[in-house]
Amino acid sequence: MSDQADNGDDDDLKPPPGAQRPKAPVRKAANRRKFIRTAALTCGVVGLSLAGWMPVAQAHKKRLRPPGALEEHDFLSSCIKCGQCVQVCPVAAIKLADIDEGFGIGVPYIDAREQACDFSCDAVQCILACPTGALTYKKPGFLKLRDGMKMAKDPVLKAKAKDAEPTLNLKERIGVARLARPDACLAVRGEGFKGQARGAAFKGRMRYMDVDRWKPVPVKDHPYERDVCDLCVTECPIQDAIRLEAFTGPDGLKKYRPVVLEQCVGCGVCEMICPVEPTAIVVDIRKEWKEA
Amino acid sequence: MATMIERIKVMLGSEPQKPTEFSPEAKEWHAMKRMNKADFEALKEHARQHNLVTHKWRNRRWAVLLVANLLFTFSFWLDIQMLEGALTASRFVGFHLIDLNSALQVMLAHKHIIVNLFIGTATVFFLWVLLGGRSFCSWVCPYHLVAEWFEWLHLKLVDKKLVSDRQFHRGARTVFWVLFSVLALVSGYTIFETLSPTGILSRALIYGPSLALGWVLLLLLFEVFYSRRAWCRYVCPIGLTYGMVGTLSPVRIMYRLEHCFHEGDCKKVCLVPHVLDMVVKGRAEHTHVPVGPDCTRCGLCVDVCPSGALQFDVKGLSKML
Repeated sequence: MSDQADNGDDDDLKPPPGAQRPKAPVRKAANRRKFIRTAALTCGVVGLSLAGWMPVAQAHKKRLRPPGALEEHDFLSSCIKCGQCVQVCPVAAIKLADIDEGFGIGVPYIDAREQACDFSCDAVQCILACPTGALTYKKPGFLKLRDGMKMAKDPVLKAKAKDAEPTLNLKERIGVARLARPDACLAVRGEGFKGQARGAAFKGRMRYMDVDRWKPVPVKDHPYERDVCDLCVTECPIQDAIRLEAFTGPDGLKKYRPVVLEQCVGCGVCEMICPVEPTAIVVDIRKEWKEA
Repeated sequence: MATMIERIKVMLGSEPQKPTEFSPEAKEWHAMKRMNKADFEALKEHARQHNLVTHKWRNRRWAVLLVANLLFTFSFWLDIQMLEGALTASRFVGFHLIDLNSALQVMLAHKHIIVNLFIGTATVFFLWVLLGGRSFCSWVCPYHLVAEWFEWLHLKLVDKKLVSDRQFHRGARTVFWVLFSVLALVSGYTIFETLSPTGILSRALIYGPSLALGWVLLLLLFEVFYSRRAWCRYVCPIGLTYGMVGTLSPVRIMYRLEHCFHEGDCKKVCLVPHVLDMVVKGRAEHTHVPVGPDCTRCGLCVDVCPSGALQFDVKGLSKML
């Protein structure tokens, strides 16, 4: 990058053949300006790109990643930002992050409340589509796994329960569901639910086995009627991941409470389907399983 | 070999050097052009008059670029599964294709290469060896097209003396390439992708508009008001990655001394005018000189040359025909 320095003190000598002519002062000044400008450009562009670290460091938006995602840092480094996972998802649960997420630009995430992954593809297609192994069925050995991320047993997909191979090809969870606002939970309050789970304007979709195994339908087209609200339990796509437990309330009446079990993969269907606003049950993103 | 090393050095940022040795034929041509001044001028006028202004290659290129990018879009929208993914990585009827620079960034950051990543990268590598390295830039990259449109605006403003083109040192791109590679390796993040207008535009075309388009617009305004085609010329490491691949490529632009009147129109339209140093009167060391690897094979010079001195050429093939 450096320009060849010229020595101006042998003007009277003939330059050897091939030597460069000494540069005029104007040219020198122009070159100097060009060099400073170039240095500024380099610092500017690299500085700007490094600013992308800030949202990552602050975990500005903690995102639920698609199933099979590596740990966050490895996920960001291995994802090639192509969106092939977005394209194969039958319920369009996967979205790509924008530039406000810095290094996380173009990296897929799931907003479970808006549209959770209900595994209606059966095969975790997004993992299959990923060209770089950012989403993977089996993590490479050199990547450490946190305790409580690995599923104790292969999760059984309720939709496939009668198939010869009922398990979902997913070895690790992406989060764990938690009853965040028990006071708001209809079951805890001893109430039932009737109608569209998320109202008429909700765009989310889900696969209902009694409607069509291969075609997810809008949740608003599938109204419910329950004496005790148990949507998070019945709509959970995974077997033995959540159940309703009876208890006697302070008023002496029998009530129910959803209890998250170890088979929870953190897909977020419970969060999506919960009919109270804001949701009573949430997925703790990238949270490991801990015995209560 | 020596000339190829020279051309690579020019791509990395050094200034083209005046050649010291000429082939006898080239010497003869240079001498002839000096001697018969009147004949030379007459021939030049003749060529000018018979010149048909065409945009043949530009139009072909824009068509290819639009089709390539819209194929991604429609493949997703219409769910025809023809070309799935984005420019950074995709599957063409099932075959993995992975952008070389994105692949490099991911490999350096993640330090683990799975089979599909390798296959996709190798496929694209051989594809662009065949198709001409940086022809990726002008024939596929969506930012290139948008930047070309904004360049037109920049040139209008330059014409009216409202702005001027402030140049940077071309070596900056080499520095960026090294910096972004080292940063990916050290930090474990694909830092360049945060700002890459190629990835941003490709994703926006497929998955819908994003805030990141604001950054692309800022870049374009910078190019209009401050420095012509600054991103492609001085920054983008993708261009250099494909440029390296282009050193091996048989597809290039060939300069033919005997047809050239040294008017320099080609250098005015060129994104990388340093590769056209041989068109300067007395610089061509041979009668036929291939244009160096930094050339994007965009064909603007082929379109603009009034006397057909610059032509597309495929090494080996052209001699056979």
